[in-house]
This record gives sequence, C-alpha cells and structure tokens, in this order.
Amino acid sequence: MAAPKVISRTSTQEELASDYKWGFVTDIEADIPPKGLNEGVVRLISAKKGEPEWMTEWRLKAYRYWISEDYKEPRWSKVSFPPIDYQDIHYYAAPVKKEKGPESLDEVDPELVAAFNKLGIPLAEQKALTGVAVDAVFDSVSVATTYQKQLEDLGIIFGPISEAIQKHPELVKKYLGSVVPYSDNFYATLNSAVFSDGTFAYVPPGVRCPVELMTYFRMNSEGTGQFERTLIIADRGSYVSYLEGCTAPMRKTHQLHAAVVELIALDDAEIKYSTLQNWYPGDKDGKGGVYNFVTKRGKAAGKNSKISWTQVETGSAITWKYPSCILQGDNSVGEFYSVALCNNHQQADTGTKMIHMGKNTRSTIIAKGISAGQGQNTYRGLVKIMPTATGARNFTRCDSLLIGSKCGAHTVPYIEVRNPTAHMEHEATTSKVSDDQLFYLMQRGIKEEDAQYMIINGFCKGVFAELPFEFAMEASQLLKVSLEGTVG
Amino acid sequence: MTPRSSNHNRPILEVRDLHVSVGENEILEGMNLSVHLGEVHAVMGPNGSGKSTFTNVVAGRPGYTITKGDILFEGESILGMFPDERARKGIFLALQYPVELPGIRNREFLRTALEALREARGETKLAIREFNKFLEEKAKAMDFDPDLMKRNVNEGFSGGEKKRNEILQLSVLDPKLALLDETDSGLDIDALKVVANGVNAFRGQDKAIVLVTHYQRILNFIKPDYVHVLIEGRIVRSGGSDLAHELEAQGYEWLREPAEEAAESVGATGRPS
Repeated sequence: MAAPKVISRTSTQEELASDYKWGFVTDIEADIPPKGLNEGVVRLISAKKGEPEWMTEWRLKAYRYWISEDYKEPRWSKVSFPPIDYQDIHYYAAPVKKEKGPESLDEVDPELVAAFNKLGIPLAEQKALTGVAVDAVFDSVSVATTYQKQLEDLGIIFGPISEAIQKHPELVKKYLGSVVPYSDNFYATLNSAVFSDGTFAYVPPGVRCPVELMTYFRMNSEGTGQFERTLIIADRGSYVSYLEGCTAPMRKTHQLHAAVVELIALDDAEIKYSTLQNWYPGDKDGKGGVYNFVTKRGKAAGKNSKISWTQVETGSAITWKYPSCILQGDNSVGEFYSVALCNNHQQADTGTKMIHMGKNTRSTIIAKGISAGQGQNTYRGLVKIMPTATGARNFTRCDSLLIGSKCGAHTVPYIEVRNPTAHMEHEATTSKVSDDQLFYLMQRGIKEEDAQYMIINGFCKGVFAELPFEFAMEASQLLKVSLEGTVG
Repeated sequence: MTPRSSNHNRPILEVRDLHVSVGENEILEGMNLSVHLGEVHAVMGPNGSGKSTFTNVVAGRPGYTITKGDILFEGESILGMFPDERARKGIFLALQYPVELPGIRNREFLRTALEALREARGETKLAIREFNKFLEEKAKAMDFDPDLMKRNVNEGFSGGEKKRNEILQLSVLDPKLALLDETDSGLDIDALKVVANGVNAFRGQDKAIVLVTHYQRILNFIKPDYVHVLIEGRIVRSGGSDLAHELEAQGYEWLREPAEEAAESVGATGRPS
C-alpha cells in the first residue's frame, strides 16, 4: 500500500486550504460576534471555547497590555500601510458546527465541498478534512487513520490547540508564551488576547514522528482577522517535521493576519517547520490583500537540539515576519531558508533572528528575495552572539533577484558579536534575470514565460531543496502562478 | 552569388540585402546568402566583420536593428518572430559564449527544450526513462562527461566543455538549420575533433549548416561545400573549400582592399557597384 507521507488537518473548518484561482468565497453560516475588541469580546472568545480560568486570565492580561497607552505597532520595518482600525475587525468567526460528525460527504455542507473542489483537494483528503468517518474503500484515507492511530500509539499529540487546552493543560500552561511572551510585540500581544485556534503538537522523548504533520489555514469571512496560535514541543531526542499551508479568498478590503508560532526543542530534539504562505496578495493596483504580521520563534532549549525554518512567501499584501531561533542549548543548531516573492504592489520585510547563547551553537541563513512589478522586498536579519556563546558560528547568504525596473530589493543585516571566538560569514548578491539567459533558453525553443520561470526556479533551488518533496513541487508551482504576467 | 544545389529549388535560409545596426553603427551592410538543405556553408572573416551579428540576427537575438532587407526561412520571413518561435521552426544557434544558468540542471534544460520542440513538431512526450536513455546515447556518442548532465548548465564548465555542451544540444534537439558561431574558438585539437565529429554526425541531406569562423583550422575536420568571406558587413567572395586554404595562406587583407574601394565607389557614384 502506498503510504502517504503527510498527515493533514485544518485548524478550524473556516481555515481550509490551497491561487487566486484560490480566490472565492464560501458562504457558510458563520457564527460572528459584532466587530471590535473589548474585554467582553475576549471573555466571549474564551467562553465560546469553554476555556479554563487560567487561559481566560492569560488572554485578559494580554488584552490589558495591548490597550496600554504607549503600546504601538512596530514602525521600524520598511513597509507602509494606512493605519488599521482595530475596532473594525471581527475577532471571532467559527462556522456553526453540527452536533455530530457527518457520516459521508453527502452530509457535509455542499458549499464546503464545492470550495474543496475549487481548491483541487482530492476527495479522500476532503473527507479527512471534514472529519468524515472513513470507510475501507479509500486506501489512502484508511492509511491516514492508521497513522492517526500510530501517532497516538507513539504518544504524539497533534490537534487543535483549543483541544490541547482542555486535554493537556499542563503542557500548554508550561510552554504557551514561553518563547513568545504575551508582551513580545504589538501583534503577538493582540494574538495572545484573541487567538481563535491553531495547532498543537507534542512529540514525546525519543520518538521520531513517522509522517509530516500538516495544517492548512484559510481565511474566509469578510472583515475577519485571523489569529491562530501554534505550539510545537519536541521532547528530548525526538524529531518532527511540520508543514503549514496558507491561503485566503480574494477580498476588496485588507484582512489582518496576526499569528504566533512557538517551537520548543529539548535536548537532542529537532523540529523542521516549513511554510508555504499564499495569502491573497491584493490585486494589480494594490487593492485588498492580507496584512501578514506574524511572530514565529523557536527555542533550541536543549543541548544538541535543532530548529529549522523553511518558508516560501508568495502571498500577502504585506509580509512582516522573522522566524527566529534562540540557540540556548550548547551545540544547538538554527537554520533559516527563505524564498520571498513580491509582485505588483506587494511589500515584504522578512528575515530571521539567530540568537546564539549556548557554546558551539551554529546557524545558517539562506534568504532569496524575488522582486517583480513594483514589489519591495527587504531582508532583515539579526545574528547576535552573546558573551556565553563561545565557538559560535554563523553563515548568512542573501540573494536578490529583480524582474523589471520598478521593483526594489533591500538587505538589512544586523550583526552583534559579544564573544571574540565567534566565526561569522555574510554573503549577499543582487542580480537581474539577464537577457542573455532568456535568449539562450528561448533559442532552444522554450517560451519566454517558461524560460523566465526556469531562471527564477533555479535561483530558488537551494531553498526548495529544504522542503519536503510534495511541498517543493507545490512551492515551485506557486511561484509560477504568482509570477504570471510579469514577463516583458 | 551563392551557388545553388541542383537538388533543391528553395533555399532553407535566404538572407536578402540584410542591413543591421547596433546603436549608431551599421554592422551588416547588404549581406546576401542562400543555404539549401544538404549544404554546409562556412562564413569566414576577420574580427568585427559582422559574423556573430549575422548568426544572432538569424536566431532573433534582441539588441539588433534591421534597417533593410529580409531573412527567409523555408520561404517565409522570420523577422517578426521571437527567438523561441524560430527555434521551434528548426533554427539552432550554437553560441560563441554559452551562457551559465545557475540552478538549472543540464538534463532538465535539455528535456524542457526537447519537449518544447517535440510539441511544435507534433510529436508525443517522451517518458523520463526514454529521454534518459536517448540522452545517454547522445552523450556517449559525443564522449560527453555524464557528470556534466547533473550539473547546472555551463556553470563552472571549462571553455571546451561549454562548446561540447552546445554540440550535444545540437545533437539532442536535432534542428533543420544549425548556425555555429565560432564554435572552434578556444578549443584544443582534441576538443576540436570531438566537436567536429558531433557536427559531422549531424550533417545530412535534410540538414543545413552555417559555420562561422575566423580560422580555417576547423574546416580541416568539417569540410564545407561553400566558403564565403564576410568583410565589413558584406560577402565579398564566395567559393569552394579551396577558398579557405587561400585565406589561410594569404589572410584577409587582399580581400579587404577591394571591399573598401567598392564602398568608396558607391559613395562616389551613388550607385552600388
């Protein structure tokens, strides 16, 4: 039996997957309280989820911090947008759930099934996504169930964070906010107050998770903010690879997405976190699109632990995102591989932070920025070697590719070394898709658009190689779709 | 005038009174050439005579302005076609300076190009396994290092490896007309033989080759049917392969002077001579 390598779930039913062929709206009955944010709304969100008192209190603490007078959005990034009216956003929308799980796809909301079909999600996976009880006919899904069982047998917890709050409060209490405290930054604080749902994964000591864990996120309701929260813990000597796919329908107005992701790797543990971000980027004139203001941070807490971030960012009107590693354990390793694409009026200010604290900690940063149209792409990265980090090493490489003459690429590296034994390397290049390369490919019979795509794909290769195979194919396809019409 | 092969009536390539400028400079000043299937033509000339301009213009490379004249391929003007359209019609240019393509593997490049051409020819897609076998045979016949197939196109290749790669592409893509732009330059004698063998293997009644070179040396290995001398943007002399030997012995100077005189006489009389 062909075993699927990926096991996927959605964080809530509203958040489902995979262009703008992705742009459509699903009219599912949604349960939406009025727009705006106050203590009452925070309490309502918490109550809707039946959360314990400690969780409600944590949210309220974050909310009170968020409304404090001089607490503002960060202004240091090279992105510009009109002020956001935080009272004009819905902070909670969950589709009205039926009492009991559906028995077959016939019982699933036909709108949802139609949405899946537009996304090109295979039938078997649709069933898995909608939580249909599977029969034995569908091999792949049966296998998926087998894996679910296998995950449980291995002691791996993988599911909605709302569920983990109920079932595993000791783990959530211990680790939630331990890497990104609620007071970390404006958006993270907002998320802490209002997060709707998200993913929780825990891999117990010595366990190597046999499948890729995956979550698709999808924004649906108009005027709704999305605030998911992801917490992944790899206990001593364990390994997990996690994939995250994002998409949002076309909207005329901007949508806010402020997620928080926390990763914790204990001694000898490894977490590989891959993201394919394809939120709606707005139209050619820059109307609409998602503001993607996300805080992602991993703590390589234990000795010999490793945290690896790979991201392909093709969507969003604005991306503000710095997946970071705190290398606390001795000999711990941090990696960041990134492709960020800005087309039309997209803006991206993205990069990473590598904070070296432990001895002999190592980090690698490979960032590829592609700018087309009037896109503005900034790499911003901090490598910080603390006095305790004897023998730390970092290698950074930033490459920018420009398509056309109205776009921009910017590199802003910050390097702070407080230990003289550190070894640092930094390389940066900026190039244009050359006419000679295009001519060469075209002279061999390849159409201009394909030729351009081949060159860009070649530019990204080093990063794509870090993605799990299925995801690498999808990433490459996504890049092609995102660049359609940029030739010339 | 170019001599005509008796077997074919219509030339596969016909260059008519071609005038080409780059910026303010006129590089080709009324070039004429007819090439038929089954023929090998050598266009020889000193540096700066317009040899590379000629091949690049036939292939459709941007950056050149055609001010007068026409280029016909199989009887049809190709001036309005993009380089990829010309390639799909059957025109191949082996570049003087093959370009490096970072991140694109040679094998993948060849496969994508071949698929594009096969589609244009109405042929079905080759399965990966079939393609690999086909490619392996072609590479073997050319003594092409299989490791270079896995590497990025021309990246870190030696000069000789790049030229060999061009001829491998010629052999794989199998066009109707091959333009070879100074494929011999920078090759040692062994590499030259390999390249020449590749070109000779391609040669046939349904193919045409235009070989552009500065030196007679490669013509010892690829025997042309016709030799043309291009000087200052015009073909000043055409002949058989013995003309190449004459050039080798005497250089280009003896041909240059009449050309200059001719140019002057045009100016003087206002009438082409």
